[in-house]
Amino acid sequence: MRILVCVKRVPITGGKIVLSDDARTIDTRFLGFTVSPHEECAVEEAVRLVEAHGGETVVLTLGPVEAEEQLRDAMAIGADRGVLLETDGADWDPQATARAIAERVAEQETFDLLLFGNEAADSGDYQVAVRVAHALDLPCVTGVKSLEILGGRIAVKREAAGGWEVFELPLPAVVAVREGINLPRFPSVPGRLRARKKPVETVPVKPEAGGQEMVLLRLPEGSGKQVEVLGHGPEAAPRVVEVLRSLGMVS
Amino acid sequence: MILTLVEHDRGRLNELSLEALTFGRRLGDRLGVPQHALLIGEQARSVADGLSAFGVAVAHLAVHDELWDYAPRAWARSVAELARVLEPSAALASASDRGAEVMAYAAALLDAPLAANCVEIVAAEPGDAWTVTRQRWGGSLLEQAKVSAPVKLLTVAPHALLPHGDGPSGTAELSTFMPTLSEQDLAVRITDRVEVGAGKVSLSEAKVVVGGGRGVGGAEGFGQLEELAGLLGGAVGCSRVVTSNGWRPHTDQIGQTGTRIAPDLYVACGISGATQHIVGCRAAKKILVINTDPEAPILSQADYAIIGDLRQVIPAISAEIRKASGA
Repeated sequence: MRILVCVKRVPITGGKIVLSDDARTIDTRFLGFTVSPHEECAVEEAVRLVEAHGGETVVLTLGPVEAEEQLRDAMAIGADRGVLLETDGADWDPQATARAIAERVAEQETFDLLLFGNEAADSGDYQVAVRVAHALDLPCVTGVKSLEILGGRIAVKREAAGGWEVFELPLPAVVAVREGINLPRFPSVPGRLRARKKPVETVPVKPEAGGQEMVLLRLPEGSGKQVEVLGHGPEAAPRVVEVLRSLGMVS
Repeated sequence: MILTLVEHDRGRLNELSLEALTFGRRLGDRLGVPQHALLIGEQARSVADGLSAFGVAVAHLAVHDELWDYAPRAWARSVAELARVLEPSAALASASDRGAEVMAYAAALLDAPLAANCVEIVAAEPGDAWTVTRQRWGGSLLEQAKVSAPVKLLTVAPHALLPHGDGPSGTAELSTFMPTLSEQDLAVRITDRVEVGAGKVSLSEAKVVVGGGRGVGGAEGFGQLEELAGLLGGAVGCSRVVTSNGWRPHTDQIGQTGTRIAPDLYVACGISGATQHIVGCRAAKKILVINTDPEAPILSQADYAIIGDLRQVIPAISAEIRKASGA
């Protein structure tokens, strides 16, 4: 199987996000970078499928030159090579991002399966996978937490109220996965060393205007809540039950 | 006009759609235009009853022999086709799993932008560009974005507003249409369902959720949480650390990459409160924290707290509830 996995470089924001002075970006001067947990799982899923069925995993990102780090991270757990659609670091809207990815795939490569994270950790647009699928005329399911190969088809499952929904689709297909589809492995030291030698192809891409443009960012207001400490240790239990009673949860 | 997708599963309304309808009604009132609803499939006919309370003037019902169950692209085709005919100012849906998926397809079909997880419309002048506020990072950051398109496609962030249906009771005018569906539109559809945990309270719908984090210490520690949840008729959830350690299945995870919960009460036990977790639980009406650390970030989100070891505190609360209910 030939599998493409798309990832996005995002800062590790930790507990508190700090904005730049112009409120158009996150201040990343003191931050490390990663990809979303959904995308880590997408890479792991691709690597497992290739381990089981043979083939190749290609990891692709659209981002600044520094995003090569995220391609190397994916190659450290088993992706075979990387493609960097290199931007000048500006924010691309999901329409333009999907167009660039679809163009690259249509021109250069054929894949049996294209995997995405369900949404990027930062922008959370929930649409790049679907747009790529539409541009390439491929079937697509999002929110997937289980994937099984059935010959030339796949069965995927996603969580729904009270259980799972099952979809079957022909390959080639696009699937947006969620964290929980697997438990990603940690990169080994030999894996990291091998990743350094794997090929990365860099393709400069020019920004194209999409229909959605970020104007500025702001932090949401705090919860405004003032916590009431009901007590310390097990002795606080009667107070808790009083509160539960006032909420109508205990008779 | 505002066109709002009302989501259902085999005729059962998704409550998140009521939030989208509330959002759509307020937007329509502001612009002085009516709200229309879109329901997909014959099974949705009964869902149309009661929509007028949410300010729906006309409910459009897409009927087609092949629309007997959820098929994302066929649903999107119905949205796109109706949007082309009606030319609404905006077409919106809740950013639920299906809402997000259908609107993404609709945006692709219409080759239009889609502003996901909106919480407010800042400026909606007649014309091609609107300014919206939307969630990034699961809601821990807000973005003002300009959306330029003849029909603005939006999804509404779940739990960002309370559904409010105080309009006239009665029935919205029902108008049926048959979308033109290609084979490809129907290529992806639900082929099977697996029901699990029959009779169990699901995390996203539970009125009470008891969540455990690193402080629970291991898989076996969740027994105490199960007991407390059982006494309160609730469900058990957990933080990301817990699923990464394999103590609980990922279906139990509350957070940005897990389930977003909105119970009346969330009891957070041994959870420090990483942003990833907070965005998944802050829609809870009340939050009760049990933690040894009085400085834990989760306390800034909490209504009540008990400072102490959950292994002593939870059994004491369970015992006290039993005593109170005479069990």
